[in-house]
Amino acid sequence: MSPMLRRLNGPQTLGNGRGFWTGFAAVAAIALVYPAFADSYDVGNIAYLLIFTLMALGLSLMWGYTGMFSFGQTAFFGVAGYSYGVLSINLGATGAMTLLCLVGAIAVAALFAMLLGYFLVYGRVSGVFFGIVTFATTLALAAFFGQTAGPEWAIGQARFNGFNGMIGMPPLELPWFGQDVYLEGVPLYYFVLALLAAIYLGLRMLVNSRFGNVLVAIREDPLRTELLGYDVRRYQLVAFVIGSSLAGLSGVLYTAWGQFIPPASMGLPAAAMPIIWVAFSGRQDLTATAIGTFLLLLMFQTITVYSQQYALILMGFLLLATVMLMPAGFVRGIGLWLARPGRRGQAGNGATR
Amino acid sequence: MTALLETRAVSKRFGGLAAVSDVDFEVAVGEIHCLIGPNGAGKSTLFKLVAGTYPPSAGEVLFGGENVTHRKPYERVERGMSIKLQVPSVFRELPVAQNLEIALQRKSTGPAMEREKARLLEFLQLQEDAAKPAGILSHGQQQWLEIGMALALQPTLLLLDEPTAGMSPQETERTGDMIKRLNAEGMTMLVVEHDMTFVRQIAQRITVLHLGRIFAQGSTDTIIADPRVEEIYLGKGHGH
Repeated sequence: MSPMLRRLNGPQTLGNGRGFWTGFAAVAAIALVYPAFADSYDVGNIAYLLIFTLMALGLSLMWGYTGMFSFGQTAFFGVAGYSYGVLSINLGATGAMTLLCLVGAIAVAALFAMLLGYFLVYGRVSGVFFGIVTFATTLALAAFFGQTAGPEWAIGQARFNGFNGMIGMPPLELPWFGQDVYLEGVPLYYFVLALLAAIYLGLRMLVNSRFGNVLVAIREDPLRTELLGYDVRRYQLVAFVIGSSLAGLSGVLYTAWGQFIPPASMGLPAAAMPIIWVAFSGRQDLTATAIGTFLLLLMFQTITVYSQQYALILMGFLLLATVMLMPAGFVRGIGLWLARPGRRGQAGNGATR
Repeated sequence: MTALLETRAVSKRFGGLAAVSDVDFEVAVGEIHCLIGPNGAGKSTLFKLVAGTYPPSAGEVLFGGENVTHRKPYERVERGMSIKLQVPSVFRELPVAQNLEIALQRKSTGPAMEREKARLLEFLQLQEDAAKPAGILSHGQQQWLEIGMALALQPTLLLLDEPTAGMSPQETERTGDMIKRLNAEGMTMLVVEHDMTFVRQIAQRITVLHLGRIFAQGSTDTIIADPRVEEIYLGKGHGH
């Protein structure tokens, strides 16, 4: 196995054994054939849920692995979403150009993360204050975009439209054997699924690498890490840019999916959601974060059909339950229980019997 | 005698308090140099000025002939300093072996790193505990693990701030043996300490700090025989 692939497994991820990878392959297989058995509305809906899982993975990297509590994932989500609108509307993007707009919009979010992150990290803002500043950033952006209703608030052809949000951007299109496929419904589902799988596996390799070793060391004790000769602030900034860019990716996919991006996507309830998904799931593990976030989103959406208020109250309740009962997260807790040495021993005995 | 580390008229003020004033001292290549003094003498402050966790208010710090006064701690580490802090600061949630790997990975990879890790675990007598989270080790073991992490960087100067703080007499003695063994292999060390029994066990040269200034300096025998040093340790020194 190449050294890169070997890093899929390691001390920073739960699920390193054959059992886990068998399960992973089974889930992947089910995900691949799912559209054949479901109606296309449901498939598009699942794609929508997977879009948000990407930003949760980014938060897990920053908060769970590096100890940087970012409450501002939605800021980068929104910035990338609006940027996609501005770029694609003004360029009249179609075909492969829409994918270039996706890359460009993520680059804008990454640049914004680099700028904000630079001042926070090199200004030695940490702990809860890091959360407060990033939270204030997303609220400020939501308030700013909320007051852009007038016709003067536009970049070229792209109008911001205040509270109603920006509309009219094209969906993503993928050049596929000589023709362009609109990424909606089933094609969007496969596109997001492939992205999610690649990013999940890529992040596993990252956190199990030397780089990831330094990230968890920073989470545990930044001074000790610096005294081992690491430029701690540079590592923190890189982690922040990667994590925030993933929120940017979510933002572009969301915007292209609905051809719409409102300021509410950066407001208070939206900003709290990634924190709840990741805390409930278990921020210190990518797999737990991905599974937990997906399940929570699915549940949230199911309940929202009946009452959005109840869904929000339930999310608040889940956050309380996590903090009080299982601060390390419920899904990760189950993962640790499944992986505990005693149990593995029993399984081993069972296999030899 | 070549100086590996040198401070020139280094001072540190906290508001109106002069914690360290005009200190000139040297650590020579290959020696165990102990920095001693009663509580509040400025030992830990001077140590932090050397390590770079505090910037000095005045004066210079030279390491290997280079002026490192304005270098950040990690830049000093890159140049060959390695530091063990007073309070054991290991990565508590991570396994002992991973604690060492994080330190080792700067210098080695693959099988070479594995060999070095095994050697350190044996030196620290932590082979049995390699897979345990560092946070559940005893206080003494955590101190040793941190010394091991500092050693993993293959430093030219090892800085130890009260390495035996909170240790039992047996643990203290073992730490002393460890330090002497490292020195016999050529390691230069600056050790901050106030336990005189331990200082007698390891020191080759001693600098005594008192009220932020150098009070006495010399070989271990000279310093221990100096009645003035005993006086400040017994608390009679404020009349000076």
